[in-house]
Amino acid sequence: MSLDASMFIPILPQILVLGLAMLILILALILPREQHRNLGWITAVGLGLVVILSLPAIPKQHVSLAWGGMVSHDWMSFSFGWLFIFGAAITALFAMDYKELGGRGEFYVLLLISTLGMMFMAAATDMVMLYLAIETTSIPLYILAGFFLRDEKSTESGFKYLLFGALTSAVMLYGFSLLYGFSGTTNLALITRAFQREGISAPALIGSLVLVLVGFGFKISAVPFHFWAPDVYEGAPTPVAGFLSTASKAAGFAVLIRVLMIVFPAVYSGTQIPIWEPIIAALSVATMTLGNLVALTQHNIKRMLAYSSIAHAGYMLIGVAVYSQLGTTSVVYYLIAYLVTNLAAFGVVATFGRIAGSDDMTAYYGLSRRSPYLALALLVALLSLAGMPPLGGFMAKVLVFASAVNAGLVWLAVIGILNSIIGLYYYLTVLKYVYLYRSDDEDKPLPVTRPYKLALVVLVVGIILVGTVFSPWFKWATAAATWWF
Amino acid sequence: MQFPILSVIVFTPMIAGLLILLIPADRKTEVRVAALAAGAFALVLSLWAYFSYDIAAGGYQFVEKYAWLPPLGISYQVGLDGMNAPLVLLTGIVMFTGVMISWGIDDRPREFFAFLFILATGVFGVFVSLDLFMLFFFYEIAVFPMYLLISIWGWKVTREYAAMKLTLYLFIGSVVALIGALAMYFQAGLHSFDMLAISLAEQAGAFNTAVNIFGRSIPFQTFWFPFVFFGFAVLGGIFPFHNWSPDGHVAAPTAVSMFHAGVLMKLGAFAALRVGIMLLPEGAKVHMPWIICLTLVNVVYGAFIASVQNDFKYVIGFSSVSHMGLVAMGFATLNKQGMLGAGVQMFSHGVMTALFFAVVGMVYDQAHTREIPNLGGFRRVMPLVAIAFIVGGLVSMGMPAFSGFIAEFPIFMGLWNGHPSWLWNGYGWVAIIAAISIVITASYIIRIIGKVFFGDIPAEFEGHVHDVRVLDKVALVFLSAIMLVVGIYPTIIVPLVESGVSNILRLLGGA
Repeated sequence: MSLDASMFIPILPQILVLGLAMLILILALILPREQHRNLGWITAVGLGLVVILSLPAIPKQHVSLAWGGMVSHDWMSFSFGWLFIFGAAITALFAMDYKELGGRGEFYVLLLISTLGMMFMAAATDMVMLYLAIETTSIPLYILAGFFLRDEKSTESGFKYLLFGALTSAVMLYGFSLLYGFSGTTNLALITRAFQREGISAPALIGSLVLVLVGFGFKISAVPFHFWAPDVYEGAPTPVAGFLSTASKAAGFAVLIRVLMIVFPAVYSGTQIPIWEPIIAALSVATMTLGNLVALTQHNIKRMLAYSSIAHAGYMLIGVAVYSQLGTTSVVYYLIAYLVTNLAAFGVVATFGRIAGSDDMTAYYGLSRRSPYLALALLVALLSLAGMPPLGGFMAKVLVFASAVNAGLVWLAVIGILNSIIGLYYYLTVLKYVYLYRSDDEDKPLPVTRPYKLALVVLVVGIILVGTVFSPWFKWATAAATWWF
Repeated sequence: MQFPILSVIVFTPMIAGLLILLIPADRKTEVRVAALAAGAFALVLSLWAYFSYDIAAGGYQFVEKYAWLPPLGISYQVGLDGMNAPLVLLTGIVMFTGVMISWGIDDRPREFFAFLFILATGVFGVFVSLDLFMLFFFYEIAVFPMYLLISIWGWKVTREYAAMKLTLYLFIGSVVALIGALAMYFQAGLHSFDMLAISLAEQAGAFNTAVNIFGRSIPFQTFWFPFVFFGFAVLGGIFPFHNWSPDGHVAAPTAVSMFHAGVLMKLGAFAALRVGIMLLPEGAKVHMPWIICLTLVNVVYGAFIASVQNDFKYVIGFSSVSHMGLVAMGFATLNKQGMLGAGVQMFSHGVMTALFFAVVGMVYDQAHTREIPNLGGFRRVMPLVAIAFIVGGLVSMGMPAFSGFIAEFPIFMGLWNGHPSWLWNGYGWVAIIAAISIVITASYIIRIIGKVFFGDIPAEFEGHVHDVRVLDKVALVFLSAIMLVVGIYPTIIVPLVESGVSNILRLLGGA
């Protein structure tokens, strides 16, 4: 196998991110400790440059496999790559003014390595590659979750995440090995071909499917693999929790869609409906219902957001379960809207928690008098999560429900709607604390430093753009989804 | 290119609201002046649109259409016809007077006006929208600011409860309607949310299929009509889903009550008409006979409840339920007179109830109580307010020479004219029972006039209550004048609404 320049095009964004990570690593060694904070600017700007420099790698209409069938060069991998890069850049900004987080160069390196892993997750078309990518993503995240070494909760969070992650990853690996055993290949597309050629018994297929789903379910925090999420989000540094709940979840969805569509298409069951549709629909119902109901009772805003992010995974699973182009488009659109929105929500919590030193909802009393614009950012984020126009969450929800109605799964749409009503209730409750309740701390200053201002403005504008100017995002989402149908 | 007047009307409040948010929080006077300027601008534009509508030409005018999301057939499409022109004007009027009445708000006026204006954009957007998706988009925009407006600036006793109740009711209604709308979209198979196109598809028979549910086959329109109609009619306050409305009215600050009862409830009735009756006319024909019985409950029961309330604001709140029942009843007759009356009633009631709530707010601001038995003699301190309330009261009773008469009389005519297949002797008996409500209305209006405005001022108010601000007076005179003008010179509105109604009747198959 000879190397030539065109072979690097499919993994150009990944190479650039890796290069940036190396640069930060070297700078972290050279620069004195007090300067490490500024690596955040370099990370954010560098990631922006990565997006621009990777423009030549925009995929053509057709899909091309590269590097011996290890990675695919298509819109799915490419557009998700942009999402991860965006999430990482914003997270770097949010982390900057945490002395123990953004003040240490290692943070940015780990963040970028994890992002690199996610980009390979979205591109992998081989089980070995997929597993490596998942581990490349997860291991830096375990460290990041436990980054505050002197904070008991943070170390607990990192350790819990590691234990859950290792367990589910082992189960998933077992599923992979079964798939390999049945088909004799690790390449996703070849597995399908082998199954079609030689046939496979339903129990074997369902068994390996369930095992694989355990690993993916953990990544997207679907019920019943969600137990880690609230504890980890609560303990982890807030910017890291935001990154976990958005980019990491998006990566999980990218893998889930790719594996379900390629390895378990509808043809095996002999009908139009793939074998996993009822399983995913059931997961979806359980995930959104449990997430929303438990979120109602939370008193810590990070735990509330954790359960709400579980619920949102449930809404997105509706789009996966309907198995149509509109459904997959709606999932990608939902992820775009959700990424921007949830990053904003965690961003406000990070900005506020850093000063106030508390994530308790009682600490948010009177926030609108203390800092009107921060309150406004939280308002926009929470209403977008609740699915109100003209914010991103509205269009995302409409698309998901529309895909369900279109596929004849009206009942699933109805359950989704009942859930979004519960969701509206607890988001409004937080807004009530922020706008209505009074607090003794109202007159205390709440400085919002420059990185936070920049990131929050970008996110709020982004939420409104996703919710009003639909066309570019929809085209993008459609491009990522078209390939499967 | 034609001046995009409707878009300018829709986005004026939103842009003004965002600009107001940029003013520093302590410059309260500047905030108010900016809000008043925006309100005046929107009012002038809506007056212009109203009077430049060409009735002889009919149909949709000032149409603008831009592609919004072409792959799904979502477009930004607005247009003005005989049904929504008065409502756009009404919104302009209520927005303008609402700003004047809210001059005294001292707690975060910047946020107050910003949220109020976002709400106004949502309302304008729904009224002029000709695209189903766009209608939902603006409908939701009109709903969620209510939560903040009521819970932050509302009456301390019930605001948290009422705001949450209202928001959840309306949100549930709107998503139920959304499911119905999506079903229509996919059934029409046009890949377009354009309501005119969907309507044409309906006339061509695209909806003549059946829905199989639990082994029974139900015609498409019959199955989905209740989803759409009731989903929206929740906001119109239809029985038995009216419960949120009096609580919401009472808890809301004055300007929000005016908006809420004056405009938002029309939003529900109007959307139920636009999406429910106009896109699913066959379903409407099947369901209307029993829906008319629900509206009868609205009209009579609402009036009875209003007459036994001791809280001034609850009286007006329940009277809104009663009067909005007349609107729904007029639509439910599905004939020319009934719909004409309902169309005029939406405008008339909007102005009237805005005036009522403004008066309630002024009395409360001075007396700090709304218990009718504790009030009295306010005619002496605020004579103009008393006169304005009496004008509103006469409208409410449907007195000739006031706008209420122009509205209610055709509704009753429409009832006599209605001949559904299975109800005994048409709707005549409905008209007779509904007419009782006029008597009850007179009883509670006269009771308020007597108790609150006449008699002696209770001793504890002596020296503590003062006359209202000049701006308040301007607002009251303005609102009263409109009701008188419509009452004396109905040609200003009736032919316009008639042209809109004829459009709907064509869809119903020349009923």
